[in-house]
Amino acid sequence: MREVAVLGVGQTKFGELWDRSFREIGIEAGLQALVDAKLSSADLNGLFLGNMASGSLIDQEHIGPLILDYAGLGRRHLPAVRVEGGGASGALALHQGYLAVASGLYDYVVVGGAEKLTDVPDATATQITSSTADHEWEVVFGATLPALWALVARRHMHLYGTTREQLARVAVHDHQMGSKNPNAHYRNKLTLDQVLGAGPVAEPLGMLDCAPFSDGAAAVVLGPLETARRHTDTPIRIAASQVACDTMALQHRKEFTTLESTVVAAQQAFQHARRAPRDVTVAEIHDAYTISALVALEDLGFVEKGRAGPVFASGQFAGGGALTVNPSGGLKAQGRPFGAVGVAQVVEVVRQLRGEAKDRQIAGATLGLTHDVGGTGATSVVHLLERSN
Amino acid sequence: MSIARFWRETPRRYNLGGSKCSNCGTVYFPPRAVCPECTHHRQSIEKMVPSQLSGDGEVLSYTIVHEAAEGFEMQVPYILALVGTPEGPVLTGQVVDIELPDIRIGLKVHATFRKLREEGKAGVIHYGYKFAPSEELETSLAPRGPSAAARVEDAPARDRASA
Repeated sequence: MREVAVLGVGQTKFGELWDRSFREIGIEAGLQALVDAKLSSADLNGLFLGNMASGSLIDQEHIGPLILDYAGLGRRHLPAVRVEGGGASGALALHQGYLAVASGLYDYVVVGGAEKLTDVPDATATQITSSTADHEWEVVFGATLPALWALVARRHMHLYGTTREQLARVAVHDHQMGSKNPNAHYRNKLTLDQVLGAGPVAEPLGMLDCAPFSDGAAAVVLGPLETARRHTDTPIRIAASQVACDTMALQHRKEFTTLESTVVAAQQAFQHARRAPRDVTVAEIHDAYTISALVALEDLGFVEKGRAGPVFASGQFAGGGALTVNPSGGLKAQGRPFGAVGVAQVVEVVRQLRGEAKDRQIAGATLGLTHDVGGTGATSVVHLLERSN
Repeated sequence: MSIARFWRETPRRYNLGGSKCSNCGTVYFPPRAVCPECTHHRQSIEKMVPSQLSGDGEVLSYTIVHEAAEGFEMQVPYILALVGTPEGPVLTGQVVDIELPDIRIGLKVHATFRKLREEGKAGVIHYGYKFAPSEELETSLAPRGPSAAARVEDAPARDRASA
């Protein structure tokens, strides 16, 4: 297996992009990444595209060749593969691209993630995104994705004394971070009272505990690390790319406040990279619901189990500390175009490691982690990225 | 959802029919073809036998849902819970016949056969299990003031489902 580097990144604005189509945003992100990587499309070997539900959302399947075609590469007859893993589709596509380059079979690939969620009404989007949980044994009985995460939240509060305010702190943090991100769906700051006072979705989670439905796309170009200097002065090495799965339904887990898939993916990633959680300086973690972020901090090994509520509320992840969490604003503020999220997390971390994150640049960012989750943790994907000297 | 797709699961959804691994004794709901607990899980193939849940349970976690799943819009706010059974499996289902403030972790419940949802006015009606308290509750019997939370009515039991 050879070392793999990220050579270029691209991302559209996230939000309600009513004037833009799926294929427009898909190619915008991909072409940005190609230009950023200074890569001739003649050298490209393939496309991996993360997407959760284009068939249900825009009545279009078979989107791999669609994006390839409108990127002007249809007649090159390159392979284009769509990858689906619910909310983790983007990171799962990145894992496939990584395997392709690491194996030596492909040299240069584009990994994209794209989703168009606002072409359907919110209730429809809720139904479609809830299908990333177990339809037959959860959704049929009245569950939605936020309701299932609310069950995680209530159990976490019961076992560890986590408070409603500690959950709300995550949303306040994300919006503070997102206010500096020009691509963010939401750039407004939130007060604790605003989060606590928002209408309930599935108690204890309210409207502002939940990431929005967004449109958006992101892309990266991957290539072998050995030739990366031809394309960029700051190649970012993929130090680990790990996927782990768990039972489809939350009810079948041994413990409802831990995502075992995240624990396993993170442990394997740190082992592969011969690094530890304390080495990570920047992390983009799954915060689709405020409770998701607290559980993630514990499962990734940053905080002792059960302690994430008070530790997060102390503000130590807000910048200036050893670890900064979600400088992009996370899913909550940057936005949640499901299949694009995992790729966008990597775009943000690459920008941070290159020192190109402008207003939101973290000083001394050296090792970055991204964490993408499908459903309630049936799939977790963890990537470690570091600047290659 | 097609009629067949829902109908084929009725033995489970109506009667809580699970399965048991005759190799290690673990009970599953819904039934499984292979036992995830057996170290050599291949040993359990063709050794999974039917096993009935008693319907008894205890609330392990709960949420009060305000933004409903499709087909549940008329039932908000409703309680959704993770219910642990003495046989082992945990089920996801609504808790009904209870005042909202009475829901708590540890509440003893029992499965009850109810209407789950219907697909529009003329669509298929889905039936299955929900859970009702099986222990005495405090506030359910208390006088209801204007600020008292709405009773979580199990509307289906009173209209078409009971017809």
